This record gives sequence, structure tokens and C-alpha cells, in this order.
Amino acid sequence: MTLSRPARLALLAALLLGLAAVYLPLMVVLINSFNKDATFAWPPQEFTTMWWDRAIDNEGARSAIWTSVQAGLLATVIALTLGTLAAFALQRYRFFGRDAVSLLVILPIALPGIVTGIALNNAFRTILGIDLGFITLVIAHATFCIVVVFNNVIARLRRLGGSLEEASMDLGADTFTTFRLVTFPMLRSALLAGGLLAFALSFDEIIVTTFTAGAEVQTLPIWIFNNLFRPNQAPIVNVVGSALIVLSVVPIYLAQRLSGETSGGRI
Amino acid sequence: MRLVGLLSAPFFWLGIAYLAALAALFVAAFWTADSFTGDVVRSWTLDNFRTLLTEDVYRTITIRTISVALLVTVVDAIIAFPMAYYMAKVASPSLQKLLVIAVLTPLWASYLVKAYAWRIMFSDGGVVDWMFGPFGLGTPGYGLAATIVTLAYLWLPFMILPIYAGLDRLPDSLLEASSDLGAKPTMTFRTVILPMAFPAVIAGSIFTFSLSLGDYIAVKIVGGTNQLLGNVVYDNIGAANNLPFAAAMATIPVVIMLIYLAVVRRTGALESL
Repeated sequence: MTLSRPARLALLAALLLGLAAVYLPLMVVLINSFNKDATFAWPPQEFTTMWWDRAIDNEGARSAIWTSVQAGLLATVIALTLGTLAAFALQRYRFFGRDAVSLLVILPIALPGIVTGIALNNAFRTILGIDLGFITLVIAHATFCIVVVFNNVIARLRRLGGSLEEASMDLGADTFTTFRLVTFPMLRSALLAGGLLAFALSFDEIIVTTFTAGAEVQTLPIWIFNNLFRPNQAPIVNVVGSALIVLSVVPIYLAQRLSGETSGGRI
Repeated sequence: MRLVGLLSAPFFWLGIAYLAALAALFVAAFWTADSFTGDVVRSWTLDNFRTLLTEDVYRTITIRTISVALLVTVVDAIIAFPMAYYMAKVASPSLQKLLVIAVLTPLWASYLVKAYAWRIMFSDGGVVDWMFGPFGLGTPGYGLAATIVTLAYLWLPFMILPIYAGLDRLPDSLLEASSDLGAKPTMTFRTVILPMAFPAVIAGSIFTFSLSLGDYIAVKIVGGTNQLLGNVVYDNIGAANNLPFAAAMATIPVVIMLIYLAVVRRTGALESL
């Protein structure tokens, strides 16, 4: 079916309007980070870099970023380990309850975040009797990060099949050598893509975090949320938001370099 | 033996820890909290569910939440379809690649920053006022309309990508055959494209619908005083300290989602996820 010219133009207009709507709010945040008026009257009258200077010196924001980075890295390491193990088990073996396991892996992300959040909150506090804090936060984050690593690794394993590993074993390599020289290099980019997604997911998470981090631990999203409604903090929040928007280009770039696929990994 | 080694760690984590936590939560929904001390009283009762079903305020909130989630899904489908169609069927392969990146990039931007961006957009004297002021329209202020716009914005890529993938899989030859057989473009759209792309739209709707159902942050940021299901759960964990009631409330979105999944399963959408 060849579309008529007006139809094509209408579709193009819809696409451009849609993309404009997607990027406009992000641009507004970026521009407002230089807006001298602290109440963000639009359009901005005067520009300043004062808010950026203040944000860089902001103790609360800095420690929140550091907490988020630490929690994200730890959760990613756990998710990489468990997600890869689960992917190998499901791809290489047929066993009773295999479908149930694959459902189980997806569950933490398929259920609303608030359900996962209060379930873990309840488990930590009343069943296990652990005080909420950094450890419980990492455990909770790892739980929903497993699925993205799992998805990436199992997709790669499916595509690869097992013949290269069989060849390696036939040529006399033991299991460990085969893993080191054959399996791992083939999985590397899938692991990086999954790890990247897991870190991003953890870094951005707020709902599960609210219920599992306790009062003392403040991740970046929690810090943003707590300061969002304070008028005198608004310009600082805006700068932090702008920085996050700019930084979001980094994983896209990395994902492109890594996989050469447009999807940037699987969600 | 190897299998046991591979599975034991993830199984312990997800199977024992996570599933047990979910089960414990579900069990707690049948308990009550002592209204004086806030301690959980472990005696079996259906009181929480009775309150949920009989009190008007919870019925209103449930209906409001479902309506918001449905509207968000419809808005996203309407915006996403032409975008995805252009990407899959009109754009050249190199442009196609660029457009996918353009749609994906905002997914990496922080959720909170995007919700916050709309708070700024909808503020008095903000961008929405400035843009629609010349037409005699202003910002709707913080409320349900702002919530729907913000949620639709947040989940739009989750709708575009499955539809794009679905249309991309649809062979061009099928569309040519339809027009060779004399169908006008509108006819082809109605009888060929739409039925074949429908599972992809449903696949996208699973994301937009379920993500909207559980959300309580966006409504806090742009929703004014309106409450959705998530807010009630949140308030019962925090201020009211009534875990059993929160647990009972939290089963609502899960049950709605299970019903939704059971309904859409027939369309074959789950296979195209």
C-alpha cells in the first residue's frame, strides 16, 4: 500500500508533534536550571549559572548521589550473578517447574512497585526483625534488577546455542576453561547491557526504595522527592534534574557501542 | 547436580525470600491492626476486604484509579500509533534507527525528573499557561487532568516500542496485496493493519495500564489532593500504621491486573511482549 502524500505528511506531523511533546518538558527543565527567577516564570527573563554553583556545593544532594551509586553498584553485582545463574539453568536444562521459575523471575517487576515494596517492608520488619537501612535497600533493589540481567543473558544464550561450547569441550577444554575462553566472551556484551539497565533501574527507583530504605538512608530519588515541594530548594532540584537528563545520554551511547542493536538491551 | 548448583542461589533469593514476603503480605491482609497501638492482631477476619467493598470512599478511589489507568492507556495508544506507524512503515532504515533512539532516550531520564518537569509545566505562569494563553486557555492546575497527562507522558515509550515492533513485523507485501485487490487505504487500515497490529497495542497497554495502576508518586507531584489506590496503601503503611489494611488494598491492583491479563491473553498479546 503506497500512502498518499497528504497521509504521509499527516503521519510525519503526528510523529514530530509526539517527539516535540516528549522533549519539550526535558528542555524546559534544562533551560530553567539557568533561569534567574527562582519561581520559574516562563519565559525566563534573565539567565544565571548561580543555581549550578549552589547545587554542586549542596551537601544533601552529594551524599544522596553517593548512596545511590553504592546501592546501584551492589544491587547490579548481585543481579548479574543471580540473573546469569538463573538464565543458564533455564536455557540449558529442562526440569519440572521450569515455567514457574521463569514467571518468578519476572514477578518483582510485573507486580506494581508498591506491592513489592510493602511485601519486602513487612518481611524485613515483622518476619525477620531487621531494621530498615542500606542493606535492606540493596536486597530490595537486587530483587527487581535480576529480571533485566536474566532477560539479556537468556536472549543471548538462546541465540548462541551450545555448539561452540561442545566444540571447546571436544577439543579437551574443561568446564572452567570453556567458560573463561568461550562462553564468557560471547556473553560479555549481554552482561554489560543487562548490568547497565539494572544500574539505571536501581538508580532511578523510588517506590520500592521508600518502603525498604528506612528513614536514615537517602537515595537521590528520595532526596529529590523530599525537596520537590520546598520552594526555596526548587532551583537546586531543577539543576540536579538537568544533570540527570544530560547524563541519560551516556547509557544510550554505551548501549549503542556495546550491542550495535537499536534496542539498547531488553527491558 | 549442576542444575541444583545453578538454581539454588537465585531460587533461594526469589523463591524463598521474595515469594515468602508476598505470601506473608497476603496473609496479613486477613489480619487487623490494633487501632490503639498499631500492633498487628493475628486473628483471621475478612474485615479489611469488607471495608474495601462497602465504604464509598474506597470504591470511588478504585474506580478513579481504573479510569485514570484506562485513559492513560487510550491517550498513549492514540499518540503512539501514528508515531510507530511512521517509524515502521514510512521512515528509511537509517532514519528508523535514529527514531528508535529518539524514543528510547527519555526512558533513561529519571522518572522523578520527568514528573517534576510536568509540575513546572503546569505551574501558574508556567509553560502550559504561556503556550495556551493566546488561545484563552490556561493551565488546568494540579489535578487529575495533570496526572493523566504526566502518566501518559511517562509511559509513552512503553506503548510506542511494542507497536513499532508489531508493525515492523507486518510484511509490506500484505499491504500491497490488499491494495492490489482494490482496497482503499482506509479499508486496508481497518481490515489488515489494525487487526494485525492489535496484539501489539494490547502488549503496550499491559505496561501503561499496570504502571498507572500502581503509581502514587506522580499523583502526589501533579495531582493536587487527589488520591489513587497507591496513595491509600502508602498512607496506611506510614501515617495510619495499618499494614493489614494496606495489604488488603494492595491486592486490588494485583487482582485487576490478573483479570486484565486473563482477558488480553486471548488476543495473543502475551506472546508479542
